[in-house]
Amino acid sequence: MQRETLFWLGLMLVGGVLLGGRAILVGNGRQYVERVTTTADVAATEGAAAQAVELTDYVNIPARERDAPGVRVSFARTVGIWVAAFCTLGIMSFLLGETPPYKLVESVFVGVSAAYWMVVGFWSEIVQNLLSHLVPGLMRATLLPGLSEKTVPNYWYVVPLVLSVMMLWRLAPKGAWIARWPLAFFIGATAGIRLVSYLEADFVQQISSTILPLVVFGADGSFDVWASIKNTLIVSGVLLGLVYFFFSVPHKGVVGGLAKGGVWLLMITFGASFGYTVMGRIALLADRLEFLFDDWLWLIDPTLQRAGM
Amino acid sequence: MKRTVPLMIAATTGFVLIVSYFIPYTESWGEDAMTWFNILAAIAFILGGGNLLRMQLQKISDRRPGWGYAAVTLAAFVITLFFGLFKIGVQPTAAFPTNAWAAPYDREGSALWWCVEYLYRPLASTMFALLAFYIASAAFRAFRAKNTEATILLVTAFIVLLGRTYIAGIVREWLPEGLQSLSFDNMTNYIMSVFNLAGMRAITIGIALGVASTSLKVLLGVDRSYLGAGDE
Repeated sequence: MQRETLFWLGLMLVGGVLLGGRAILVGNGRQYVERVTTTADVAATEGAAAQAVELTDYVNIPARERDAPGVRVSFARTVGIWVAAFCTLGIMSFLLGETPPYKLVESVFVGVSAAYWMVVGFWSEIVQNLLSHLVPGLMRATLLPGLSEKTVPNYWYVVPLVLSVMMLWRLAPKGAWIARWPLAFFIGATAGIRLVSYLEADFVQQISSTILPLVVFGADGSFDVWASIKNTLIVSGVLLGLVYFFFSVPHKGVVGGLAKGGVWLLMITFGASFGYTVMGRIALLADRLEFLFDDWLWLIDPTLQRAGM
Repeated sequence: MKRTVPLMIAATTGFVLIVSYFIPYTESWGEDAMTWFNILAAIAFILGGGNLLRMQLQKISDRRPGWGYAAVTLAAFVITLFFGLFKIGVQPTAAFPTNAWAAPYDREGSALWWCVEYLYRPLASTMFALLAFYIASAAFRAFRAKNTEATILLVTAFIVLLGRTYIAGIVREWLPEGLQSLSFDNMTNYIMSVFNLAGMRAITIGIALGVASTSLKVLLGVDRSYLGAGDE
């Protein structure tokens, strides 16, 4: 065995023993829950009298209240915390290269996310929008009891049903061209929606917001220097940026100079966007580290979950 | 049939949506088309899932390198799908106490909720968090103050980065009263509310014009790239 492999193996073993010991002695990574029972009344229906049904929910309880009556360790949620910690470390192991733990959790991520978005699409679109319009009676009796009694079958929804079947045809070995019809609908709808919405929200609205007074007076009638400079910079900045994007005229002479100013402005924008993106990612990283050190290892306690323990 | 009909479908759908925006009587057409669009988007997820299933099964049956990971993907996919479609572990809500099918599919405590809470969210956010390292290392290698433009970008990024940290507050305390406006957090605010705003507006207006012209090209049949090259 190579010296490097031996070193990492030893390090992981020591880490595992320390973690296990800490989990036994301190009890870190445990999630406590409390069982909450409520009663809901069920109205009388034909052939069934009114009744009260007991509903059970489990709510998370901070570890500092673990000795309170009715509070117990949730096995599923505790396992969840350890699994989430393994997944977090697995993804972070990519910093050392494409390690087996990374490849394992990456595979899990691909499978879970694909299935999750399929489930979301099924319940929120296919059931909620397609089936509720095609067979409202059946949906009201089974999956959507809250569906309005006024909802009647709308057979126009056979069209998206047919288009859906045509789209799934792509999985068939022959006749893949059939999937072009729903794809064309998709592309056409996207183009139609985007054309209007972008022109309204991103073109007209942005121009409207840029038409600002260049000389600003305060409420008391005095000249507001800073607001005037700010508005002038915004208006001239937008114009300079647009000059840079205007390629119908060669960027030479005066236009070239203005375009140069536009480039400088865009560089400031990209620099600010870059700074913001980095800060956003670092915030996410801090969140994951907080999960590891707070929820899992119980080494820090920023929200006082374990105060007094 | 294979190319003309899709062109007509795209044009009709697009123009109906544009017209419906301007005529109150046809507003509901636009709403219906939007709903159909969302239904087809959901079906596209099923198509994606089907493709994923096919590819992973192919990899496993061919015993290609890394087929074990394909089996893990397949298992994660099938198990999560089963949990979600059959609402495993979903408890009924007070609104419909005798019908668990009426409860939300991702209700707290359900099997799908567990998968999302302890698998999907940690994995997704850690993946994005990891980008912090790569963005920083890429920036370290790529950002060189070689010319005016690069220097402006570098300085702005540096100010905005520092302006959003605790260091900004510490530096502000050191600065004399008259130079408070030059602190990192104040400069970040100026950059964001003036220069960044102006730059983003110019970019947004450019994007809007680009989207509008691309959409028109698609609807008028000038851009047919979405139909693919061959007949099949």
